Amino acid sequence: MSSAVQYVHEQLTPQKTFPGFKAGDNVTVNYKVVEGNKTRIQGFKGDVIKRQGTGSTATFTVRKISDGVGVERTFPIASPNIDSITLHKVGKVRRAKLYFLRSRSGKSARIKEKRMSI
Amino acid sequence: MKGIIGKKIGMTSIFNPADGKQTAVTIIEAGPCVVTQVKTKETDGYSSVQLGFGDKNDKHTTKAEAGHYAKSNTPAKKFVKEFRDFSLEKNIGETVTLDIFAEGDKVDVVGTTKGKGFQGVVKRHGFHGVGEQSHGQHDRQRAPGSIGNSSDASRVFKGMRMAGRMGADRVKVKGLKVVKLFPEKNYILVSGAVPGYNGSIVLIQK
Repeated sequence: MSSAVQYVHEQLTPQKTFPGFKAGDNVTVNYKVVEGNKTRIQGFKGDVIKRQGTGSTATFTVRKISDGVGVERTFPIASPNIDSITLHKVGKVRRAKLYFLRSRSGKSARIKEKRMSI
Repeated sequence: MKGIIGKKIGMTSIFNPADGKQTAVTIIEAGPCVVTQVKTKETDGYSSVQLGFGDKNDKHTTKAEAGHYAKSNTPAKKFVKEFRDFSLEKNIGETVTLDIFAEGDKVDVVGTTKGKGFQGVVKRHGFHGVGEQSHGQHDRQRAPGSIGNSSDASRVFKGMRMAGRMGADRVKVKGLKVVKLFPEKNYILVSGAVPGYNGSIVLIQK
């Protein structure tokens, strides 16, 4: 990322503090939804299957199984519509992009949890 | 017309804090430009303003160039462009900066597109190719097909679209919105994409 792009990013994108998460983690994304003239917060809970991009164009994708159907949603990290992100579990995975989960279901689609020593 | 010379820096995106809408923007480092010559209808037959952008090393400056830029009392410039019928009153030696634009303005951006080299008709003219691999299509999936008739005409018409050099053309993109200005850094953010590679010279006109 060039220094000029970085400068514009720092000037225009509000800096938010989210818990550091990566692919394999289980998170809830609390997203603002506008209904008519009211705004409410909707949660989307699932496994992060990828993070990509830098600066204000960075996004991450969350996958969950909803009524037996796989649903993926991609969020821009810098989006003002993201209210908060809650980290539930840290996954033990060996790769940065977990596309292989798409062809799996049930037991084989589980991600092992990384136990942290506190 | 009023305008300025700039350098394309790159693209990023910004968010509208109110509704969270994401907009792709191009960052252009524009100006400050120096007015190096003013042409008038009386002396030159048409009116225009010549702007210079980016300083040139003395080592690469010819004496003719040095003499030309001495009139406006500036170092020799790397890029010089003329803007016809400049709508602002400018004298030789004055500078043109980004403040000729305001946020929300619609501007046109002129640039030179990336060169693509020698390309076939599918990429260059949007032909659809043969469309299938079987029925005798051994290795001609992207071939142009027939370019004309045999006995009547007996020639290929002028302007027939064929393979050839693509890109590196001057292109003007009209109606881009000025999203944001950073006068302290000479950055201007315009909505959408702009022709050319990062670091290429573009003209911003209104």
